[in-house]
This record gives sequence, structure tokens and C-alpha cells, in this order.
Amino acid sequence: MENKHKSARERFIHYFSDESNRRKLAPYISILFGLLAGLILMLLIGQDPIKGYINILNGSIFKGLFEGNFRRLGGTLAIATVLTFTGLSVAFAFKTGLFNIGVGGQMLFGGFIVVLLGNVLTLPKPVHLLVIVLAAAIGGALWALVPGILKARYRISEVVTTIMMNYVAMWTVSYFVRRWIPGHYETESSMIKESASLKFELLTDLFSGSAINLSIILAGLVVVFIWYILEKTTFGYELKAVGFNPDASKYAGMKVNRNILYSMIISGAIAGLAGASYYAGYTNHVKLGVVPNFGFDGIAVALLGLNSPFGVVLSALLFGVLRTGGEYLNAMTSIPKELVDIIVGLIIYFAAATLLIQFMLTKLIKKMKKNDEKHIEEKVVE
Amino acid sequence: MDYVIEMLNITKDFPGIRANDNVTLQVKKGEIHALLGENGAGKSTLMSILFGLYQPDSGVIKIKGQEVKITDPNVANEYKIGMVHQHFKLVHNFSVTENIILGLEPKKTFGRVDITYAAKKVQDLSNKYSLKVNPYDLIHDISVGMQQRVEILKMLYRDAEILIFDEPTAVLTPQEIDELMEIMRNFVNEGKSIIIITHKLKEIKKVADRCTVLRKGKYIDTVDVKNTSEEELARLMVGRDVIFKVDKAPFKPGKMVLEINNLKRTDKVNLSKSLDVEHLELREGEILGLAGIEGNGQTEFIQVLTGLKELESGEILFLGQDISNLSIREKSALGIAHIPEDRHKHGLILDFTLEDNIALQEYYKSPFSNNGILDRGYMKQYAKDIIKRFDVRSGKGELTLTRSMSGGNQQKAIVGREVARNPKLLIAVQPTRGLDVGAIEFIHSELIKARDEGRAVLLVSLELDELLNLSDQIAVMYEGKIVGSLSSEDADENKIGLLMSGGNNVGK
Repeated sequence: MENKHKSARERFIHYFSDESNRRKLAPYISILFGLLAGLILMLLIGQDPIKGYINILNGSIFKGLFEGNFRRLGGTLAIATVLTFTGLSVAFAFKTGLFNIGVGGQMLFGGFIVVLLGNVLTLPKPVHLLVIVLAAAIGGALWALVPGILKARYRISEVVTTIMMNYVAMWTVSYFVRRWIPGHYETESSMIKESASLKFELLTDLFSGSAINLSIILAGLVVVFIWYILEKTTFGYELKAVGFNPDASKYAGMKVNRNILYSMIISGAIAGLAGASYYAGYTNHVKLGVVPNFGFDGIAVALLGLNSPFGVVLSALLFGVLRTGGEYLNAMTSIPKELVDIIVGLIIYFAAATLLIQFMLTKLIKKMKKNDEKHIEEKVVE
Repeated sequence: MDYVIEMLNITKDFPGIRANDNVTLQVKKGEIHALLGENGAGKSTLMSILFGLYQPDSGVIKIKGQEVKITDPNVANEYKIGMVHQHFKLVHNFSVTENIILGLEPKKTFGRVDITYAAKKVQDLSNKYSLKVNPYDLIHDISVGMQQRVEILKMLYRDAEILIFDEPTAVLTPQEIDELMEIMRNFVNEGKSIIIITHKLKEIKKVADRCTVLRKGKYIDTVDVKNTSEEELARLMVGRDVIFKVDKAPFKPGKMVLEINNLKRTDKVNLSKSLDVEHLELREGEILGLAGIEGNGQTEFIQVLTGLKELESGEILFLGQDISNLSIREKSALGIAHIPEDRHKHGLILDFTLEDNIALQEYYKSPFSNNGILDRGYMKQYAKDIIKRFDVRSGKGELTLTRSMSGGNQQKAIVGREVARNPKLLIAVQPTRGLDVGAIEFIHSELIKARDEGRAVLLVSLELDELLNLSDQIAVMYEGKIVGSLSSEDADENKIGLLMSGGNNVGK
């Protein structure tokens, strides 16, 4: 085919005739729709949408950036790091056929272990960090183990069990924090020791004292590691096979139940790392009586990132920008920060409707093709 | 010019495919009209249009010369059109009568259903056309052949004059097929008209008066069956000459590969699927055909043999070694390959690429992977080889998602994967179900090739022609037991058919 001489229209049709390409476009469209809807909403409440979006961007990235103050960007990256972990946890489970909506609880429990060990252990910083990171992964994995066993052994839906484990995590953590590591306030644990903090001076200085911390490097490593497992190893091949089609996996001699359990454990471990990133890198203590929102945001991040490890990074960045920018928006204008929640919600809505968007695109392409055929026929007739 | 039904220049588009392209079908009153074509030729679409399930994009339907619009099956009923679908539409925990009157229940006072009246009417109808059924039997207690009679009675209860049968013989034994044909002739003598959808040439020759042939959605021809040979019909259907007989080398059995003794398994849900196989053996260079009506334990037998289901007791000897307690993986590693019955459920991971699916049985060992790391380069090359050797056609080669491939090419990929492993025992379960003639020919030749290379082949099929054509030995399974075993020279349709239906209850 003579690719060079094709018109833009022909190239458009050709590119989106491929289903996987249509799939790739859907997230961008849902973001665009979400932002457009936010714009309309700001107009409706009598606010200036351009000012609103500029403030979101300023608050999350640009404020002070050109004067060498990277504080805003650092804060955004810190949040995006947590979201990368939770998004990856959900995406990994998705890819292997499980819907883990208990990421919040697994993150909380992992984080509780981190804060506990960060309080009671006295170790040199490198060792202490290694210990809490490992402990976080194990804590998260443990919390996912129960739904994992129930799913593998008895085929009990993980959707129900994981979300219930969120509540179990919330109150278990509250109980033990109050007993073992109570903080200044009734609703908090005590702060972790400096040696257990993922904050790293060089990094903190570079980003003008922001919340960015070592877990961003860890996140990068984990993303690559998970991608490698899924795409390049027989282990990942089995996990995906079992996720897509347990019957065919059994036919091919795989141990289906064991693989389901592994998937759940790994997803939980990644969620636990989110706990380390947040509680040892950002807050340095645990808040009681709440399940972190990052768990549910993780579902959105995974959805928008099409469950691919690198896609998750991109969508975590976007959500990081919106989350931190929203706080700034609230402070600088009379636009309530809840607007950002609405935009986030709408993007998720549109992302969940990606199927619909793909469907519309499919129809559009078909229509364009049909028109072209007609043209050709008419020409022949002439 | 005495047509009861005319479908003129019907065109119907589905996303991505033109199912019917300017098709014309004209059925005379009182004839049996066959609609012939391969899978995907558009037969079922055309009949669904006639039955009101789809609307044509263009074209005209006339009934007794009157142009009509059939907007849904109720309208079709009003025009006295009835249809027996390939997959029966029956409520399994309802009785025969309840199924027949569904939607047309005769009422007593206070809206109570008058079941006695209905049952009597059903009984009368079944006597009149010698369709023996008990009006009070529950559907899940009666055989598939009986269920088909219920479907036929459903049409008669609604006074249908035009009867459509969609692949009616697929689930029947040869004897039941003969009975059905007799019934059809009765209907025609009564002045009813019949359209029979099929791809079986023998049946058309046996029963039909005229035959309309479709190929790839297009109308090919309408012929008088009397003056047209089977070969000619096949040529019209496929568009080229078809070889019916397969060539194979003389039967030279070698070492014993598979020997099964006293294999037992109880199926708690469906007793007729419980297994009790006393003895079965298979040698190198032999194709053993396993015949039987669908649902007589063949599926379960193969699943026990391959390890998908557990056996209770018994002995499975593979090259002298008892493998009854080995895992699926261990059996496969010993050299047992399995072309599964359900290619979507077991054979493929539809959301994987062709490359990944072709590696499905061997991904864990070298050279597909080393120390748990996949060798993507090798996998790609290997997939390319298989695709070429077995002529697997797809949009994007080894990167195609198997979900987007046609059934024939999916099956070729599975056959390729299993045959290329050079197994000692190849188990093929209905390897050609739902495929077109070209793919069937190809898969048959691969099975023969495997046999001629000295492999043992266990072929399970519902198609007697296939078994008679390929097998060296044919065993027949009935209610989980091997009720007979014949060499291919001794076997014929009648003998096997008798065994398939239990051997002694064909009292005619």
C-alpha cells in the first residue's frame, strides 16, 4: 500500500480500523470529556473556567517552578507515587482476572505495620527503611491472602470479600494503634522515627522541601518489575492465562488455584507498598477510622491506564495533578475544591464508559468507510 | 407459479459482513425444500428473516403471492410458519404439554390453565402423526430425539403450514433420522411445506424435492434433487470439487499405546454420563473412532483420560505405564496431545495472541523459555512456523488476538499446536465441528498423516461419516459404557447406529 499518498482522512480510518488502536484512544477522550464537563460546570456556577484550570496547573506544577521552586511539582509527584502503587495493584489484579477493590484496606494494613515498626524499632536508616518496605509488602499481602484463599479454594467472589476486608482493616488498625502507638490526638497514631522516614534529604532539598520521597524510585522499579513479570516470564504468562480463561489454563496443565492465590498476594503486596509510600513518606503517621481514598482512586487510575503498568504511571500523574491542584484551587479562588472531585468522578465515569466510546468510534469508522465506498461506486457509475 | 413462500432478492448486513446478498428462495406448496450451504453461508440468517427474528435490509417476502412484512415470530405464527431451531427452545423443568402450549395456554375459569384439555390435544396430534411422546413427561427426562418431537408438536399445535427445520439431524441417531424423514414425508402428504436447513448431502438426496444452494451469503442455484448427484451438490456448495474419500496407507498397528481397564466414574448430576469402561485399547498407527450420541459420556471419558476430571477407579496404561494418577501436565509431557471438544472453553485463551496460544502447552520448557523467562524471539518464530505449516489465516499473523479469528482458523491453530508436538497419542474430540469443507479436509488429512507416521489417534466424533472414513477401529459408547467395537471393514452406518441407541431398543 502506498502509505505516503494517503490523505489524513484515509490515515485516520486506517489507524482506527484496528481495534487495539481504538482502545488506546479511549482514555484520552474520557479525560477530554471530563475536563470539558468541568469547564461547563464552572461556567454554570458563574466562575471563570480558564482561571480555574490555570490555578489547578499552578497549584500542582507551575507555581514557583520558573523561580527554581519545585515544591508544588514535588508534592504532586508524591501523591502520584501513592496512586501509582494503588493503580498498579488494581491493574495487576485485573490483568490476572481478579477485581481487587480492597486495595484501600491492604494499603492501610501495610501502612499500619510500617508505622508500628517505624515507632518501635531502632535501626540505622538504610536497614530500617528496608525493613519497613518489606514489612509493608508483607502486610498488604497478608490482608489480601484471606480473600485470595476464599477465591481460590471456594470460588467466593473477591469483590465482596476484599471490600469487606477494608472495614476489618479500618477498625483493627484503630484498635491496635490506640493500644500500642497512640498519638497526640485521639484520631492519630504517633509519628514514626526519622530513621523510618522515606524522606531523603537530597530529594527533599531538590524539590524545595516538598513531600516527595524515596518511594518514587521504588515505584519506578516496581512498575518495571511488574511489567517484566507479566510480559516476559512464564509466571506472568500463567497468571494472565488463568485470569483470562481458567478452563483453558487447566487444560494446559496450569495450577489454577495456586495462580489465583499468587495474583491476589502480589496485588496485595503492591497495595502494601502504597501504604509505605504514603504513611512513611507523606504523613508519617496513621489516621484512624478512615480507609484511604487512594484505594478507590486506584481503580480509576487502573481503568484510565488500561491496566498496563506504564499506562498506570501516566494516569497516576494526571490524578496527582488534579488532586493537589484542587487544594490550591480551593485556596486561591472561590471555586470549591469539590469541583475537582467532580471532574475526577466524571473522568472515571467516562473511563468506565470507554466501551461506549470505543463503540461510537467503531460506528464512526464504519460510516466513513461506507461513505467512501459510495463515492467509489458513484465514480464507477459515472 | 404455485409458490407458498417467496423470498425475493433478500439482502441482510451485519457489522462487518453481508450475511445475505440478493438471495432468492421460492418454495412450492407440498414440497420438501432443502437449503444447502456451508457454515456461514447465510442459511440460518435467511430463515431467521422468514421467521421474523431479523428484518431484511432490502428484498420482498411473499406468502401465497401476497407481499408481507414479518416483524416478529408472532407474525410468522399468524402466517402459519413454524420453526424447529437447531438448539431447542424448551423449558427443561416443564412437561411436554406445558412446553407446547407456552404462550397459547387454553384457559378455564379464573385464568387457570386447562392442562387436561391441552394434553389431550397434544396426544391426538402425536397419534395422528405418529410422533410418540407422553404429554406429561418432563423435558429433562426425555431423550434429545423426543425433545425434537416436542418442538415439532409445538409447530403443529399452532397449525403451522410451513415448517422450517434448522439442522434437524445433528443430534439424532441414523435410525432416528430415518424416522424423522418418514414424519416429514407424512407432513408433505398432508399438504404442508417444509424447508430443511442442512449441509448433509445424503439427507438431501434422501428426502428433499428441490434444493437451493447458498455460498458465502450469495444465491448460487436451485436444483431438482432427483437430477443432481451428491458430487454436483457438493460442488455447488463449496465452489470446487470435493474429495469424499480420504487416502490412507494400509493399517499396520504397532505397539500398544493406550489400554484402559475397568475405568469408573459416577456423575452425581447426570447418571447417564457416569462412566464404566471395561476395556479399550489403541495401538501405534491406528485411529480409534469413538462413536456415540451426544451426551453419552464421551466428553467425560476424554476429560478423565486427559486429567480434566478425576476418575474413581480403574487403570489407564500409556505405553505400559499407569497414568491414571498423573496430572494433566505430566500426561501431556509424556506425549499425549489433546484437541479439545470446546475450542473456546479449553482450546484457546481468546484474549491471548496467536503466538501465546501456540505456546500454551509448552511455554514452560526450553526452548520456549529458560529459567522462567520467556524466549519471545523463539515463540514468535515457532508461531510463524506453525501458522505457515498449518495454513492458519489471520489479520495480523502471530500477533492477532485469537478472539478475532474465524472458527476454522482457530481450530487449525489448535490442531497445529497439538500435532506439531509430535505426540505418541493424539486425542481429537470433534475436531471438525462447525467447520467448512476446506478446513475439514485439511484436519482429516492431518489426522491421517499422524496415523501414518505411527502415532495413535483417538478420534471422538458425532459424525458417523467422519468416523467411518478415518477410523481403523470404531468403538461405540452408550450411557458411559463401550457397547461394541467394530473394525472399519465390518462397520457400517446401520450397525453403529444400532449400538449408539443402546443396541436393543430399536424395535422396528
